[in-house]
Amino acid sequence: MSPMARTAPVPAATDPAIIRNFCIIAHIDHGKSTLADRMLQYTGVVQSRDMKAQYLDRMDIERERGITIKSQAVRMPWELDGTSYALNMIDTPGHVDFTYEVSRSLAACEGAVLLVDAAQGIEAQTLANLYLAMENNLTIIPVLNKIDLPAAQPEKYAAELASLIGGDPEDVLRVSGKTGMGVEALLDKIVRDLPAPVGDPNAPARAMIFDSVYDTYRGVVTYVRVVDGMLHPRERIQMMSTRATHELLEIGVSSPEPTPSKGLGVGEVGYLITGVKDVRLSKVGDTVTNLAKPATASLPGYADAKPMVFSGLYPLDGTDYPVLRDALEKLMLNDAALVYEPETSAALGFGFRVGFLGLLHLEITRERLEREYKLDLISTAPNVEYEVTLEDKKVVHVTNPSEYPTGKIAEVREPMVSATILAPNEFVGAIMELCQSRRGVMGGMDYLSEDRVEIRYRLPLAEIVFDFFDILKSKTRGYGSLDWKADGEQVADLVKVDIMLQGEQVDAFSAITHRDKAYAYGVMMTGKLRELIPRQQFEVPIQAAIGSRIIARESIRAIRKDVLAKCYGGDITRKRKLLEKQKEGKKRMKMVGRVEVPQEAFIAALTTDESKDKAKK
Amino acid sequence: MPSALPLGDPAPSDGLLPGQALEGAAARAFGLYVHIPFCAVRCGYCDFNTYTATELGGGASQDAYAGTAVAEVDFAATVLKNSGLPARPLSTVFFGGGTPTLLPAGDLARILTAAIAAWGLAPGAEVTTEANPDSVTPESLQLLADAGFTRVSFGMQSAVPHVLKVLDRTHTPSRVPQAVRWAREAGLAVSLDLIYGTPGESLADWRYSLETALSYAPDHISAYALIVEDGTKLAAQIRRGEVPEIDDDDHAAKYELADELISDAGLSWYEVSNWSRTPEQACRHNLAYWRGDDWWGIGPGAHSHVGGVRWWNVKHPTAYANRLGSGLSPAAGRETLDSQTRSVERVMLEARLNSGLEITSLGGLGDTGRHAVAGLIADGLIDPAAAFRGSLVLTLKGRLLADAVVRRILPD
Ligand SMILES: Nc1nc2c(ncn2[C@@H]2O[C@H](COP(=O)(O)OP(=O)(O)O)[C@@H](O)[C@H]2O)c(=O)[nH]1
Ligand SMILES: C[S@@+](CC[C@H](N)C(=O)[O-])C[C@H]1O[C@@H](n2cnc3c(N)ncnc32)[C@H](O)[C@@H]1O
Ligand code: SF4
Ligand SMILES: [Mg+2]
Repeated sequence: MSPMARTAPVPAATDPAIIRNFCIIAHIDHGKSTLADRMLQYTGVVQSRDMKAQYLDRMDIERERGITIKSQAVRMPWELDGTSYALNMIDTPGHVDFTYEVSRSLAACEGAVLLVDAAQGIEAQTLANLYLAMENNLTIIPVLNKIDLPAAQPEKYAAELASLIGGDPEDVLRVSGKTGMGVEALLDKIVRDLPAPVGDPNAPARAMIFDSVYDTYRGVVTYVRVVDGMLHPRERIQMMSTRATHELLEIGVSSPEPTPSKGLGVGEVGYLITGVKDVRLSKVGDTVTNLAKPATASLPGYADAKPMVFSGLYPLDGTDYPVLRDALEKLMLNDAALVYEPETSAALGFGFRVGFLGLLHLEITRERLEREYKLDLISTAPNVEYEVTLEDKKVVHVTNPSEYPTGKIAEVREPMVSATILAPNEFVGAIMELCQSRRGVMGGMDYLSEDRVEIRYRLPLAEIVFDFFDILKSKTRGYGSLDWKADGEQVADLVKVDIMLQGEQVDAFSAITHRDKAYAYGVMMTGKLRELIPRQQFEVPIQAAIGSRIIARESIRAIRKDVLAKCYGGDITRKRKLLEKQKEGKKRMKMVGRVEVPQEAFIAALTTDESKDKAKK
Repeated sequence: MPSALPLGDPAPSDGLLPGQALEGAAARAFGLYVHIPFCAVRCGYCDFNTYTATELGGGASQDAYAGTAVAEVDFAATVLKNSGLPARPLSTVFFGGGTPTLLPAGDLARILTAAIAAWGLAPGAEVTTEANPDSVTPESLQLLADAGFTRVSFGMQSAVPHVLKVLDRTHTPSRVPQAVRWAREAGLAVSLDLIYGTPGESLADWRYSLETALSYAPDHISAYALIVEDGTKLAAQIRRGEVPEIDDDDHAAKYELADELISDAGLSWYEVSNWSRTPEQACRHNLAYWRGDDWWGIGPGAHSHVGGVRWWNVKHPTAYANRLGSGLSPAAGRETLDSQTRSVERVMLEARLNSGLEITSLGGLGDTGRHAVAGLIADGLIDPAAAFRGSLVLTLKGRLLADAVVRRILPD
């Protein structure tokens, strides 16, 4: 007999004592979505026959990549010892790029299920999120997942978890999201161990926004956790950071389809619809209050998302520029962290400089643009924001290498991060070598268990945004994991390297690098371009330069033969079709001076080898 | 793996031509191509529409082929007449393959006789057959000459045994001078086909082949860079790494050597891959292709062109024979070119000839072509003196980059 609840507590009339708010903290692929699916099924909110794998991962890209980008909250009933409880599960994003969103989701909960793959052990990002959870005083329920796997080592990792958060390895639950084993016991434990929310039902309403999603039909859907008081439909609410006011058109809970309610009370989690069309008007972390009876202090923790990584996005086909502009405008409605402004490149034409939280954010945004808006894009190498002080004390912020000032420079500052890397101890040497080569300074090292270490480094952000993670993965045979957070800035000896084709500078390939690495960049890029650019009817010199000083050069020999000798007994049609195809090919070329550069060459030159391999697979 | 046919419009089963084909027909030369789709063995590099006895199996036998070809000759004569084209004698006839000389000389003579009966021969007409050096005898060549053939083109390809081996050729080098002598004795003009850039061929090998070919004093030479066609045995061997890849720079060096040695021997280029001792000895049938004249192609997979209408026959000899047997046109598809496409083709084809392309004729395609001329002179791709006279003629460097030149003068 399934312990599915016979009656579900009604929203707006639920005693906080029977509410449990929790989230699941897990590293990518450790099985969070699958476990969430099982919970939906066992609590009866989704019928088994309606079950799609990873029900909550709404966006196509999420489903395909198996990662969770947008968090959502689901209300599920669960009965224990004759009482029906209301469980609110908040599905948090698992990736480091979205740390701020994670921290807001955590703040909406009293407890967290720490889900760890029993064949993998804990990873750096899990540690980072666990740290955030502890900071928010959440009660942690440690769980090992995938115990059905033959490679599972539950004893080993139970011990690791227990030593990390305290407690007895015996108390670590063992479940399988796949087979459902242990999931009911986990639901019981959530009810038993997690504290009920507390708040003042009579105080002015205060609700924290932990997510904000744009929906084509309904406008922005805002997810909130009510801390004090109560929110009702039709009343006017106010966003405490911006003072913007809206009418509450609809309020309700997801179970998991949106279900309107008479309101939301203390401890409850649900959604609000106000008719606004831009997520910027309903920002994650902000506090919602009642306009008629406003709270005086907002809830703590609000911060604006700050872009860390910048890249130029250009349509392959210049005529798609308006499509790209409209698409970015639409994506912005759903992504408060996205910022952009138009820019032009001599080589790539009209495009946008776009700011992202991190590389994954960039990749996902790019993929959405390509998929949902059918755009073919070139993105320039990711960049960080440099602060350049000129000798006349003028300060310039540079997010695009081609805007690097040419005047006398007094000082350049670059953003820094503190990074935590977790890996089996056999890879310590390789990791230190990698971090050292990326100008890292070691902060410390700890053994998590006998054979797993945590290594801390302070590194320039610019050194990790491009291919650091890919290289870390390959140097640790896939076992290394990385977490990072912004950590101030430092003065560094940086220079701009330009790349020239036949003396013509190609702005898309300019890079800001440390002086010691300029030469390597120049050699790498000129070498790559020599391979990628087809031979032309004349010789093409490729040079890398710092200012007017050439630091590396290559050359593409002139092509000597481009003629088809035969005419196939009068099959002129075939010859003409071939010519037409070649002409089509020529159209897809970008001209740099007289040099025809295929767009594939731009793409390949701006891609790391690792990510190229990924694309091939 | 015989070459693929283009995609076109369906061809009408009666073969009748649209009115467009008639315009200016009286002023255009008319030729006949006869395809013989048989070979003793298939060479590893070849993707022509040809079949060995084993590939063909039953059905279309070599014995019955002459009869089938004659049936298409008669069909062609009727179609041209019923479409309203003026009666024109044949200026050129070309038997190609495949290996035409795999058929008994009497069969070739029979097809030619039927064609002459249908259209007649123009005075001084050129009648060529391709031949493999090991598929002719003094007697067969004499028979061909007696039937009206004037010219034979031997597939010599190379004089170097290891190169011939990679090409899967069956003849020994010594067979070539013999065959040339017999052809001369029969009163036939002689052309030699050479292939350069075969994997494993050194520059010295190629020089030796050229010098050997020139020592036979041919009237005409065709030198083709080896093309690795998709689906051939050679392509598979290269893919598997059994045979080295083709190198364009090697091809360029060999083309330059060919032009040098052939010119020194007193022949001149008239098309990118063709040289003749005198302008009159240029292959006029070949020129007709490049100049956009009219010709009818007899045989499976054969291509035809009449006044901007191009069509091509079904590929398989059995399907081909069946169509004709039922009194239907053997055409598989055709295209009727609009004036823009005809201009594009004209540029594409005439740019390859030493007679050149009239620069004023580029005007019809917009300004790109005229504007490109100065750049082509600057890059050394066309002859400046000819350009001043109003004609676009490729230099040696330009011949090697002919396709690129064509792309530069055509509008985007
Ligand atoms: N064998 C096994 N595989 C699981 C289990 N849970 C999840 N998986 C698989 O692990 C992969 C990642 O799961 P997913 O739920 O998307 O992980 P998430 O990234 O944490 O949301 C998928 O291929 C799942 O099918 C489990 O309990 N056992
Ligand atoms: C249609 S073939 C027939 C001639 C005859 N069967 C023979 O091979 O001697 C005409 C010429 O095309 C050339 N040829 C055939 N296939 C070729 C290829 N793949 N690349 C370059 N030339 C080729 C050869 O020189 C050949 O002599
Ligand atoms: S003999 Fe000539 S036509 Fe026949 S397969 Fe060889 S190259 Fe091709
Ligand atoms: Mg997931």
